Amino acid sequence: MSAGFVPVEEILDRKSRPVLRDPREAPTHDLREELFELEAKGELIVMRVPEPYVEVTTKFGRKKKIPIEHTWHHKSCGQCGHIPGYSASIFWLHRQFGLDFLDPTDQTSCTGWNYYASATSNAVAQLAVMSRNFAAAYETGYFPLIHCGTSYGHYKEAREQLIHHKEMRDEVRRILDKLGKPLVVPEEIVHYSEWVHVMRHRIAERKVIDMSHLTACVHPACHYYKIVVEDAIYDPDIYGAQRTATVTGLLTALDINVADYSTWFDCCGFGFRHVLVQRDFTRSFAVLRKIEVMKNEVDPDMVVTHDTGCVTTLDKSQFAAKAHNRKVGVPVLSDAQVAAMAMGAHPFRVLQLHWHSTDWRPLMEKLGIDWQRYWEEFQEDLDAIRRGEKPGLTWEDADQPIVTVA
Amino acid sequence: MDWVSTKATKYADVPYEEKLRLFLEVKNDPRYEDYLYGCYECGICVSACPSARFYDYSPRVIAQTMAREDVDRFYEIMVEDIWNCAQCFSCVRCPRQNNPGGLVTLIREVAVRNGLKEARDVLQGYSRVIYKVMLKGNQVSPDMLQPDFFPDWGPWVREFSANMDVWRQAIPADTMRGVTDAAWRTDEKTLRELYTIWFETNNIDIVREVDEGLYELLLDVMEEVLEEEEVA
Repeated sequence: MSAGFVPVEEILDRKSRPVLRDPREAPTHDLREELFELEAKGELIVMRVPEPYVEVTTKFGRKKKIPIEHTWHHKSCGQCGHIPGYSASIFWLHRQFGLDFLDPTDQTSCTGWNYYASATSNAVAQLAVMSRNFAAAYETGYFPLIHCGTSYGHYKEAREQLIHHKEMRDEVRRILDKLGKPLVVPEEIVHYSEWVHVMRHRIAERKVIDMSHLTACVHPACHYYKIVVEDAIYDPDIYGAQRTATVTGLLTALDINVADYSTWFDCCGFGFRHVLVQRDFTRSFAVLRKIEVMKNEVDPDMVVTHDTGCVTTLDKSQFAAKAHNRKVGVPVLSDAQVAAMAMGAHPFRVLQLHWHSTDWRPLMEKLGIDWQRYWEEFQEDLDAIRRGEKPGLTWEDADQPIVTVA
Repeated sequence: MDWVSTKATKYADVPYEEKLRLFLEVKNDPRYEDYLYGCYECGICVSACPSARFYDYSPRVIAQTMAREDVDRFYEIMVEDIWNCAQCFSCVRCPRQNNPGGLVTLIREVAVRNGLKEARDVLQGYSRVIYKVMLKGNQVSPDMLQPDFFPDWGPWVREFSANMDVWRQAIPADTMRGVTDAAWRTDEKTLRELYTIWFETNNIDIVREVDEGLYELLLDVMEEVLEEEEVA
């Protein structure tokens, strides 16, 4: 036995206690200080978090400001393109609380999905795309709220590169000059799930669907908390601050039983390129390392996550696995969809569940939601659109929460 | 660097000087020093890596090879391994703060920029995604959801495909409603700015290395749009 031997009981005891970190001992520099120094030198503009905001604790104990409103919604191409109920739920929640926000058309995606998949880009191009979007937000006076976990992670890393590499900063500034835009970096890079997290008690107050009999597994998104780790929210009251608090915090506030499983740290298997053109890897990983492990260990009613790729991968990979008699069949939702569902959002006008592959009907039935009634209502919407009586659904059709629970 | 490997290599037909040139292109990237600090060989990155479970792939080998500056092994990695990485960055739990996933990104960039055959082969089925992201500023769009391409995503894809227009009209958000060829409605001015970025950063030239036909197509569309702006 060496002098450095630590008994397993002591390790388990340490793990059972909340982790309280002193920001003065953080192993990394506070990037915001460097940002303000660059601003003082006239190199860039730092866009301040608007009031009202809520301060939360991040990985190394630093405080991070999460804006409640006046937000510029940096949408996700994967959500808007293939899981529109994800984005619609985020907007619906803002509308329910009467919060001021902007859904811009002067926005491109971060283009990070393509970059991570194919590398057919370069660092300066990626920084310029980010900076163009941030400048567009700055011009409106609204603060960026980023919907996609990959955009969030990618922008955090891009912000570091912009701060630490003068030659890249100069090149990006040259390009922005050509576009007639200033170089703007937000004081905080904020993910929508952080907004959901700080709103969770207000969401729970407006709950109209009882979810206390549900068991859920959380899949934390890799690009949320593994890239530039110090920006993710950690709360001593949630997993003792040993795991990120987002998603789990919301579910707990909604009285949902969050069940642990042994592969929570594993990625979903998305792979960027793999999910589109090499899906054997994606399907295998999603099923064998995530869904089937959850089924065997917990048998949850749903999986809840907070990123585009994770919802896509975990949801879409289950269908083919049925052919191999794998243990699958767990509906996959984003935290925003669960929050909206708890507050009575229409399952099809808002949550857009018909875009999901894995069967969500047992979940609806367990919640006592008469989904067939709302499906018929939605079919009438579609028929009216087909007949030309309605150009499409609007928020007037979707704002009203459903109230009837069977 | 004056060290030259004397062991037999798999790609002996490729001159060592060429492998070294590619290696130095990676090493001279300004991000390289942020991604590599040395390696304990502890394997924590491998234990977290999804690709290591399914492929003959190891983020530890990548960090080790780069740290040792083993140019021959680097070339093998560039040809055989890098496209297995899932880019999830689970490997950054490294106790030395290495970023093997980031190293893979750099190596991929060099492979693409230099038009390596293996990179072109891997990205052959990916051109339509590059087309979309370059022209629309969106990675994916509803009209990409075709049953022939996503048969494993379930019967809803077929149903969606048959009802795409009406399903897209039935989304309450203004920016998404009715849009099928992109994820949301984007201003023309925004796209012109995006095209300017692609030209100013030489991003468009990178596409040429992967797919000459796609490059010509993108060039035609983007130049026309930007010329129209100048005329206006």
